[in-house]
Amino acid sequence: MNGWSSTGWISLSRNMSATTAVRTDPLPPALDVARVRRDFPILASMVHGRPLVYLDNAATSQKPRAVLDVMSRFYTGDNANIHRGVHQLSERATDAYEAARKRLQGFLGADSPEEIVFVRGTTDGVNLVAQAFARPRLGAGDEVLVTVMEHHSNFVPWQLVAEQTGASFRVAPVDDAGDLDLERLAQLITPRTRVVALTHVSNALGTVNPVRRVADLAHQAGAVVVLDAAQSVPHTRMDVRALGCDFLACSGHKMLGPTGIGVLYGRRELLESMPPYQAGGGMIERVTAARTTFAPPPGRFEAGTPPIAQAIGLAAAVDYLEGLGLDAVEACEQRLVRLAVETLGAIPGVRLVGSPRERMAVVSFTIDGAHPHDVATILDQEGIAVRAGHHCCQPLMDHFGIPGTVRASFSFYNLPDEVDALVRGIARVREVLG
Amino acid sequence: MSDLAQLYQSVILDHNRNPRNFRSLDEADGQADGYNPFCGDKITVWVKLDGDQVADVCFKGEGCALSKASASLMTTAIKGKSRAEVEQLNSLFHQLVMGELDPEASREALGKLKVFSGVAEFPSRVKCASMAWHALQSAIKASDKQPDPQP
Repeated sequence: MNGWSSTGWISLSRNMSATTAVRTDPLPPALDVARVRRDFPILASMVHGRPLVYLDNAATSQKPRAVLDVMSRFYTGDNANIHRGVHQLSERATDAYEAARKRLQGFLGADSPEEIVFVRGTTDGVNLVAQAFARPRLGAGDEVLVTVMEHHSNFVPWQLVAEQTGASFRVAPVDDAGDLDLERLAQLITPRTRVVALTHVSNALGTVNPVRRVADLAHQAGAVVVLDAAQSVPHTRMDVRALGCDFLACSGHKMLGPTGIGVLYGRRELLESMPPYQAGGGMIERVTAARTTFAPPPGRFEAGTPPIAQAIGLAAAVDYLEGLGLDAVEACEQRLVRLAVETLGAIPGVRLVGSPRERMAVVSFTIDGAHPHDVATILDQEGIAVRAGHHCCQPLMDHFGIPGTVRASFSFYNLPDEVDALVRGIARVREVLG
Repeated sequence: MSDLAQLYQSVILDHNRNPRNFRSLDEADGQADGYNPFCGDKITVWVKLDGDQVADVCFKGEGCALSKASASLMTTAIKGKSRAEVEQLNSLFHQLVMGELDPEASREALGKLKVFSGVAEFPSRVKCASMAWHALQSAIKASDKQPDPQP
């Protein structure tokens, strides 16, 4: 195993906030990964007769028993619809749902629970901001800026709202390392820029973006910053204030929680200024045939019965992550991804796609003479789950001139042995494809 | 044979490495693109008809071993065939990769296409194998719309 020094930790820490440019915390305690793995029942499964090697964490994470249990307990003992219920079960469900909101507020560093809207996932959160915040404000001559490394879910909603409003849609480039071209980005931000939407961490390359610097540039121009945090939230300590974003969206299922729930953080005054996104029960104040008035945020944006059990499950996931300690999680994942970059990069014929200055938990590569889909099929037969293709980042793939990559993405519950399994799997790919 | 060996048979690997009829065709009667939005793979198929018969067919594009080999073997299988025969092969091929056909029973009709019987064990790869055939159908349809050259 390669060494892990305290200087290494400092050099790896992210420079997101002016106030935390150098992290001087003591080294986080190492995780007992063997013990942690026992919390995730699925990790003991066999696939095609082999132990599962799950390296598709950027697509979705596995769930610890604590999350599964809390959801099962909710459905078994507390299940009821929330709000307006005066009976015991409804009160318990409402309390648990609102407690989950507070839990997420603390986790993301938001000022108040009213800034936390439960949505279906990152995609839903971004669409909410595009349609309820941006659409009424945008017009011809206005500009929306995204980056070429965005997942389609933080690209297409902006392209669409630009078309709907006549605003112009601009795309900031990346360099060949897969880092944002900050100089070009700065030029693309103009006094007409209304929204800058970017990802915290690239799902395809693992690039960590300098969010704070981009946010400062955007704010100087009077633009609002929308952060896609789907790929960063389970891997590092989050603080919306230090990041400087005005909105942040993330998905529960990528952070040990259930599917069907995500979080949209929005600065309170922005949320308060926005019309509803969807209409229905739970988001109103007073309804008459003549006129309806709407509840304040976050209720205004939570029409219909929300994902109650999922919110409770997500709060349990946050408890679990914080129980491990996000610093310990990050240190463990950094060690894994460094090992993967070193070992994969040393295999002849394997090309790493992107070599970002800062990388989080993801490594993308191609193998000469082997298409990513064939690689993924052969690895699957070895029990290794990776993802192959464009990773919903076609503009980024076009930038690199490739149809797709093979992506291995890590979580703290992965083992260095699993990187070795991936290396053996790549040798197997060669054998099969000749 | 393991599922994997069944999937990546030597004939498929050979056609992947050395695809046949891998070129474009200027004087085609029909041309169509095949595109798989899930993986971004795309190919173009050109077809030239002589009356009812496929006089020439070729393709170009980027794709996985299965999609490339499938396109390559498709071109070799349908050259010289009538449109009805192409339609029949197309239908047999789809049944084969969907696992709805006993490859042994249809051995003769399938010919070399039988090497794709392994795809049925890999549902996520059915689209890779069938992309070229979908493009071929569109190319033949497109040839119907071509105005007849003026005598």
